[in-house]
Amino acid sequence: MASTVIHAIYTDDDVLMNAVKEVKKKHLHINDIFTPFPVHGLDKAMGLAPTRLAITAFLYGCVGITVATLMMNFIMIEDWPQNIGGKPSFSYIENMPAFVPIMFELTVFFAAHLMVITFYLRSRLWPFKKAENPDVRTTDDHFLMEIDATGKDGEELANFLVTTGAVEINLIANEA
Amino acid sequence: MMAHYEAPIRRPLVTGDKTYHDVTLDIVAPVEGRANKSWWIVFSIALVAFLWGIGCIIYTVTNGIGSWGLNKTVGWAWDITNFVWWVGIGHAGTLISAVLLLFRQKWRMAINRSAEAMTIFSVVQAGLFPIIHMGRPWLAYWVLPIPNQFGSLWVNFNSPLLWDVFAISTYLSVSLVFWWTGLLPDFAMIRDRAVKPFQKKIYSLLAFGWSGRAKDWQRFEEVSLVLAGLATPLVLSVHTIVSFDFATSVIPGWHTTIFPPYFVAGAVFSGFAMVNTLLIIMRKVVSLEAYITVQHIELMNIVIMITGSIVGVAYITELFMAWYSGVEYEQYAFLNRATGPYAWSYWAMMTCNVFSPQFMWFPKLRRSIMFSFIISIVVNIGMWFERFVIIVTSLHRDYLPSSWTMFSPTFVDIGIFIGTIGFFFVLFLLYARTFPVIAQAEVKTIMKSSGERYKKLRESGQSLVGTGADPRTSGGPVKINLDGAYIAKPQEVSKGETVIAEDSHGAESLTDRLGSFDAATQKADDLKVINGIGPKMEEKLNVLGIYTYEQVSRMTSKEYTLLDNLTGSFPGRAERDDWAGQANNLK
Repeated sequence: MASTVIHAIYTDDDVLMNAVKEVKKKHLHINDIFTPFPVHGLDKAMGLAPTRLAITAFLYGCVGITVATLMMNFIMIEDWPQNIGGKPSFSYIENMPAFVPIMFELTVFFAAHLMVITFYLRSRLWPFKKAENPDVRTTDDHFLMEIDATGKDGEELANFLVTTGAVEINLIANEA
Repeated sequence: MMAHYEAPIRRPLVTGDKTYHDVTLDIVAPVEGRANKSWWIVFSIALVAFLWGIGCIIYTVTNGIGSWGLNKTVGWAWDITNFVWWVGIGHAGTLISAVLLLFRQKWRMAINRSAEAMTIFSVVQAGLFPIIHMGRPWLAYWVLPIPNQFGSLWVNFNSPLLWDVFAISTYLSVSLVFWWTGLLPDFAMIRDRAVKPFQKKIYSLLAFGWSGRAKDWQRFEEVSLVLAGLATPLVLSVHTIVSFDFATSVIPGWHTTIFPPYFVAGAVFSGFAMVNTLLIIMRKVVSLEAYITVQHIELMNIVIMITGSIVGVAYITELFMAWYSGVEYEQYAFLNRATGPYAWSYWAMMTCNVFSPQFMWFPKLRRSIMFSFIISIVVNIGMWFERFVIIVTSLHRDYLPSSWTMFSPTFVDIGIFIGTIGFFFVLFLLYARTFPVIAQAEVKTIMKSSGERYKKLRESGQSLVGTGADPRTSGGPVKINLDGAYIAKPQEVSKGETVIAEDSHGAESLTDRLGSFDAATQKADDLKVINGIGPKMEEKLNVLGIYTYEQVSRMTSKEYTLLDNLTGSFPGRAERDDWAGQANNLK
């Protein structure tokens, strides 16, 4: 059976927020919501799980400081423990103050870049990626809620969505 | 709604009767429109300066550093002065986007995009100097710890110049991804409005397929917050490391512990001054006065005043410590600055940096656009002299009087500096025409709390629920398509039969809605002035009874649809070009 979805379009963020709560109350499944800007509290209202990107950033930062320490310990202390201007290169800790700036920079570098790359991969964003918002108005001032309508009465659903403030409702039959 | 509550004491950050759709239209206007004559004039000047700078760089690299005014005592002068100056300017961008984000300052939203662009472009300028001031720049890759055939000969991690390499490259790359990630939703907006295939392709590529899902936004905000949290210590560390170039030396006048915070304060000071200079021009040139208001300028002036005062305290601290230290080299270094052969540059620095920001205590002055423009330029001149004074006056007279000398730049020194200014403006001017210069997705989030239109609605006791709708893009009866085959095409606003059914009785209904035109008492306006209306379209409109701006300004999405049905040409054109908004400004 072909699956169907309903696209309900709203023109206001507050109306959308109320609509999400109504739809949730009815136990309908919201596939996705496309908005032109971050509507604060929308993820909570939809029941989305919190993102773990900050945790990944912390771990990447740990990787960064490890890389910096291992690199400088090997180069400055183990491989060529030279006397450069009287700096004590007998052990890492003795010349540690001079290594702090780079340890810091590499921590930030790894944390920032690897987290951003994780975000791009996780949200599936890359240069030749095709946009997936079903309606171009959702990047201007319209808000689109996609609801699973498979096996449901479209008419009834549409009428319910109109009461939540939707200004346009489109039933879409997906192939396969 | 309580969610949009804001204390009435706060002045609106977006002035005028702006809706979400207005934000879109105002921000795409410079991107979709054509460059005017003044843009081309300024761009040509910048390009010439840039090319001249390239010539000077090639001359330096092929002939040697001896073509500069350096000597064996003063080995650093304009090169590093300009480097530190450009890095300093770059810092305000990160400050605005990161620190102000952490402090939840809503006023940053109208200025952060341009401030970040300024960061990127000025760090690019700064990045040139460490390369071109090298005697053998083609061996610059040796600063990287790459395994090699010299028994793996490494770099020395004790040098602040190597720390600079790590600091500047991290700073540039992190700023770049921070900026780019913020741009995705805005590029997506331009992509979804683009009608020219080439433009559509380019912005689709730039937008990385951003679709604006709720989950994407959740991650987007988390990424912005974490990047802001990382960028704030980064910005402090980068200029700290730059200041270590001097502070870790043994030169009297350089060897101080105050440099790290004092350089950072100076960087914020000069960076904000540069943002102020650029935005005062930009708001005018691309008509964004409603978003970059006098309040924004005033707040930037306050930051300039505060950081200027910090810099002032640092100057006094340095002088006190020199006297208090009892080290005659240190004392002489400061005596030499104030009374030596470069006293003029020391006093120019003092005047520009210590006195000029103090004018900002007067509300009348800090709210004057003209005055803040002048002060912002003065501050940048002063901050250039600060770096020049620190570098040159400390070097030209230090421990051995037999090594005392003077410094004067050659045309190549000056030419390279002018070249970087030209390059900076080339990049900035291109940016202003192709990038969304205001983060529209962010501005839209504060519209209901800080937009003048919504503030007024709220103060009159009205609920803001439903006020986001714009009559030009929505309205009319609810459209329901249940045949299961609906595909939204670009620019297609409504296909639903229900809309047209009601008003398909032709031309009369259009004039009924827009008001009729009486040739006896009214004068027809030149509708061709409206962007998007040509002679042909004007004729068609006249046939339909539309002659005046007044009539056009009343058009909403319903009328647009009707018009599209009646004229049958360029569907969606009227809405895209915002004829109603344009006519409203003309009448």
